[in-house]
Amino acid sequence: MLDHLVKQPILWTQALTKQVNTGDKQLTILQDIDLQVNAGEAVAIIGASGSGKSTLLGLLAGLDLPTSGKVQLDDIDIFTLDEDSRAALRGKILGFVFQSFQLLPALTAIENVMLPLELTAASNAEATARRLLDRVGLALRLHHYPKQLSGGEQQRVAIARAFATDPKLLLADEPTGNLDSATGIQIIELMFELNREHGTTLVLVTHDETLSQRCSRQIRLADGKLVK
Amino acid sequence: MSYFKLSFRMLRRDWRAGELNVLVLALIIAISGLTTVGFFADRVEMALARESNQLLGADLLVISSQPLPEHYADKASQLGLTVSSMTKFPSMVSNGDNNLLTEIKAVTEGYPLRGRVHLASRSSRNLMSQPQIQAATGIPQPGTIWVDEKVMTRLDLKGGDVVDVGATQLTVTELVVREPDHSVGFINMGPRVMMNAVDLPETELIQQGSRISYNLLVAGEVKGVQQFRDWAKTQLTKTQRIEGIRDARPEIKAALERAEKFLSLAALASVVLAAAAIALAVRRFTQRHLDGCAVMRSLGASQQQLFRLYLYYFIALGIIASSIGCLIGFAAQEILTHWLTGLVDTALPWPTWLPALHGLLVGLVLLVGFALPPVLNLRSVPALRVLRRDIGLSNAHSMAGYLLGLAALSLLFIWKAQDLKLGLYIVAGFISAIAIFSGLGWLLIKVLSSLRHQAGGAWRYGLASIRRRAASSVLQAVALGLGLMALLVLTLIQDDLIKDWHASLPPDAPNHFLVNIQADQLEPLEEFFQQYAIAHPPMFPMVRGRLIKINGKNVSPEDYTDDPHAERHIRREFNLSWADRLALDNQIVQGSWWKEDTREAVLSIEEGIAKTIGVKLGDELTYDVAGSHFSARITSVRKVDWDTFRVNFFVVVPPGLLENFPASYITSFYVPPTEVDMIHELVRTFPNILVVDVAVVINQVQQMIRQVSQAIEFVFLFTMLAGFAVLYAAIASTQDERIYEAAIFRALGARREQLSRAWAAEFVILGGLSGLFASAGASALGYVIGKHILHLDYTFNPWIWLIGTVVGVIGVLLAGLLGTRSALSSPPLLTLRKVG
Repeated sequence: MLDHLVKQPILWTQALTKQVNTGDKQLTILQDIDLQVNAGEAVAIIGASGSGKSTLLGLLAGLDLPTSGKVQLDDIDIFTLDEDSRAALRGKILGFVFQSFQLLPALTAIENVMLPLELTAASNAEATARRLLDRVGLALRLHHYPKQLSGGEQQRVAIARAFATDPKLLLADEPTGNLDSATGIQIIELMFELNREHGTTLVLVTHDETLSQRCSRQIRLADGKLVK
Repeated sequence: MSYFKLSFRMLRRDWRAGELNVLVLALIIAISGLTTVGFFADRVEMALARESNQLLGADLLVISSQPLPEHYADKASQLGLTVSSMTKFPSMVSNGDNNLLTEIKAVTEGYPLRGRVHLASRSSRNLMSQPQIQAATGIPQPGTIWVDEKVMTRLDLKGGDVVDVGATQLTVTELVVREPDHSVGFINMGPRVMMNAVDLPETELIQQGSRISYNLLVAGEVKGVQQFRDWAKTQLTKTQRIEGIRDARPEIKAALERAEKFLSLAALASVVLAAAAIALAVRRFTQRHLDGCAVMRSLGASQQQLFRLYLYYFIALGIIASSIGCLIGFAAQEILTHWLTGLVDTALPWPTWLPALHGLLVGLVLLVGFALPPVLNLRSVPALRVLRRDIGLSNAHSMAGYLLGLAALSLLFIWKAQDLKLGLYIVAGFISAIAIFSGLGWLLIKVLSSLRHQAGGAWRYGLASIRRRAASSVLQAVALGLGLMALLVLTLIQDDLIKDWHASLPPDAPNHFLVNIQADQLEPLEEFFQQYAIAHPPMFPMVRGRLIKINGKNVSPEDYTDDPHAERHIRREFNLSWADRLALDNQIVQGSWWKEDTREAVLSIEEGIAKTIGVKLGDELTYDVAGSHFSARITSVRKVDWDTFRVNFFVVVPPGLLENFPASYITSFYVPPTEVDMIHELVRTFPNILVVDVAVVINQVQQMIRQVSQAIEFVFLFTMLAGFAVLYAAIASTQDERIYEAAIFRALGARREQLSRAWAAEFVILGGLSGLFASAGASALGYVIGKHILHLDYTFNPWIWLIGTVVGVIGVLLAGLLGTRSALSSPPLLTLRKVG
C-alpha cells in the first residue's frame, strides 16, 4: 500500500550550512550538507558529540535558521516561510520524540497527546489520543501527570503524542538517551512498530551504533560534514 | 479542550505546584490593602461627611436673598431627599422697654435635617447652675419662640415671658444651648431666636428691602445629594447659591482632603510594591515556562495561539487573586471599623461595592501590565530549545517589556489619587527613579566588580556573581529600592502629617472667639482673664472695609457675576488688620513681609482671596473704611493654615496705617469645658462682645485626626506586608540559578559555609545598593509630595540615609539567607540531574 510513495523524497537538503559567530571568528557547525530522505525510509544520523547532528535535526525541522542552503520538506522550501507558517507545517507533517521527553507538566498523559491535535483543530482528538495511549500500553495511565510517570512511561506518552497527528516524518533526537538500557530497548521497539504501522518516515539522531543499525540507512557526520 | 481550558489547566497546575506563590501573594496583598482602604475610606468619608453636615443642619443648603422658587424643593423630593426650609433675618425683639437686635430663624417641620438642637431643660433656668442639656424633639410650637442665652440674659427673660417680635407676640418656651448651623459664618452672628415659620406672616417682618436669607435645607443619600447639587448648579440665579459643608468650613475641608489623599497614597504604595514584586516574580515564571512554550512551538503552535493561551491564563489568575484580595480587604476593613468603633460616634454606613470593583480592576491591570509583556516574549522562544536547553530568550530583560506596566500604573495613580497633579508627580518620580537607579546600579556594579580583585574571598565571589547576573542584579536592586523607597516615603510623610496635624490642633487649641472688642475694653478684658487665670490671648485689631478699587479702577460686585464666591467678597466688608510680624501659621508665598517701622502704604493678602478677586503682587487696592478711602500696594501674598482655628485675616497692613480708623479687636482662646461659667460671666460683663464657640468644630476635627492617624497605621501594615512580598520575590527570582550554582560549587568541593558567605556578600551589596537608592528617592519624593501636595512643612531627615541603607542591607541579607537555605542543602547530584 505504501509502494507508490517509495523513492519519492519527502525531505532533501541542498548545501545546508550553519555558521555561528563566536566573538572574533566564525565557527562552522554544518557545511554543505546535501541529503535526501525518501518516504517510508528509516534513516539514522550518527556522529560523535559535537559533530553537528542536533543542529542538523533542528534545521530539518525548521526549528533553526541556516546560514545558507535549503531544506525542502514535502515539496515546500521551509525557509521561505515565516516562523509561524513553519510552526503550522510542523504541526501538520512532523512528529518529534525528544531525549528529555518534553511533556507539558501541567497536562495529563491524554491531554499531552491531544495537544498537537488541538493546536491544528483536529476533530475527535480525544478518541485518537485514547487509541494511541492504549497502543503504547498506557490505557490505565491516561489521567496521570508526567511527574507521576516513570521515564519509560513518559517517553511512551511522547511517542503517542508524536504519532497523534499521523505525521509523514518522525524526527527522534536520542530517544533513549535518558533511559536505562532495558527500557531503552522497549522504547525503540515501540517506536519502530508504530513507524511501520503508520508508514511514517523516520529520521533518528543518535550516537549509538547498535541503535543506528536498526535503520535502513546511516548518515554519518563528522566535524559538520557528511562522511560518505 | 479549548485554549481557555488549556490555560486554566496550566494555571491550576502551576498554582498547586507553588509556581505562582510570589505573584499571587503580591497581588493579594496589594489588592487587600487597596480594598481595605477603599472600603474603609468609603465608610468613613460617608460618616464624616454626615457628621460634618450636622454643623450645617443639612447635607446641602440652597441660599437666596429672594424667596426660593418651588422647583428646588420639588426636585429634591423627586430625588428622594428630605427638605426643610429656614428663613433668617435680623430684627428687634423687645421685652417691655428692653430691645435687642437679634438674628431670627424661622424654621419648618423637620429642621434640622442633620444634627440636633440642644435645649437646657426647663427646670434649670438659672444660668449659673450647670444646665441639664437635652436634644429637642421638634421645632418651636406655633406661637412660641426658643432663644439663646444672650437673648435670655440681655432681655432679662424667664421661661413663659411674652416678647414682641415685629407685629406679633410670642412666648419664650426654651433656652437653646446649641444649634447645628450655629458656628457657620460666625463673624456676623448676634443673639439668636428660633421661631416656627407658621408665625412669620403675622410678624409682618418680611417686607421688600428687608435683609432676608431664604434657605432650603436638603439631606439624603450621598448620590441623590450629589445629583441635586449638580442639577441645582445649572439653575442658580445671581441671588442664589449652594453651600455644602466643604464650602462652609475651610478647616474641615482641608483636613478631609488631606486625609483622603494620604490614605489613597498609602494604599497606592502597596500597589507599587506589588508591581515591583510582580516584575521580579515574572522573571522566574518566564524561565520556567520556556520549555513548555518551546515544545508547543515545535508541535506547531503559532505565536497567536501562545498569546491567547497566556492572556487567558493571566486574566484568570488576576481575577482569582484579586477576588481573594477583595475578600481579605473586606474582612480587614470590618476589623478596622470595629477597632475604631469607640472613636466614631455614629454607626458607619455600609460601604459601597465600588472599592471591590476597583480592586479587581487594579489587580488585572497590575498583572496584565507587569506580567504579561515579559511572558509574551515567550511567544518568540526559539523552538530549537527543545533540542538545545541552553537557548533562552534574547530579550528576557528588556525594559521595554515593563513600559506597558508603567503606563498602566501611571494611569492607575492618576485615577486613584483623583488628582492629576499628585498622580503625575508620583509617576514622574517613579519613572525617573527607575531610570536613575538602573543607570546608577549598572555603573556601581561595573565599578565594584573592577575592584573585586582587591577584595577577599567571599566578597570576590559575591561581586563576581552580581556581575555575572548584572541585568537581574540591577532589576533586583531597582525593585527592592523602589519598594523600600515607597515604605520610607510613607513613613516620612505619615510621621510629618500626623505631627503636623496634632501640632495644628493641640488639645488646648482656641475654641472660643471674641469678636467686637472695643479699644477701651482691652484693659478690663485683660483683668477679667487674669481673674480666671487664663493667659492673656493676643488681641488682633480689626477694621472693616469694602474693596472699591483695584489699581485705581472701580470694582463692583457686578464685575464678578460669573464667580458668586468672588462677588460675595466684593459685596461684603473685608476684615483688615495690622501687624508688624508675620503670624506663625502664615507663610509668604510671593513677595516679602515688610520691615519693622515701615511707613509705606503696603499690604499682605491671603493667596486664596487674591486668586478669587484676581489681584497679584504689585496691585494697588483701595478700601472704603467708614466712608474714608484707604489705598495700599500688595507687597506679599500669604498662605494661611485655616485648620489651626487661630485668628487670621485676608488682608494685613503694617501698623500705623489704619490706626485712625474705628477699630475693634478680635481674639481666640481656649476655655476648658469645665469653665463654661466664665463665658456666661464674660457675656454679662461685656454685653457688646460677641462670643463664638467653635468647640464643636474643633472636637470634630480632632476626632477626625485621631481616626485617620489610626487608619493610616493600619493601612501601613499592608504596605509593610507588600514590602516583604517584594523581598521574597527578589530572592525567589534567582532561586533556580542559585540551586544550580550551589550544586556545581559543592560538586567541586566547596563547603556550605564558603558558599553561604559568598552569597551573604552578594546580598549585602544588593541590599546596600537598594537601600541607597531608596534613601535618595525617598528624600526627593518625600520633599515633593510633602511640599506640593500635602502642604506640609517638610524637614529633611539625614537619618533616612542611614535607616534606608541599614534596613536594605539587613532586610535583604536576612531574607536572602533564609530564602537560600534550601538551595544550600539540596543534594548536588539530584540538582544537577534535574537540570541536565
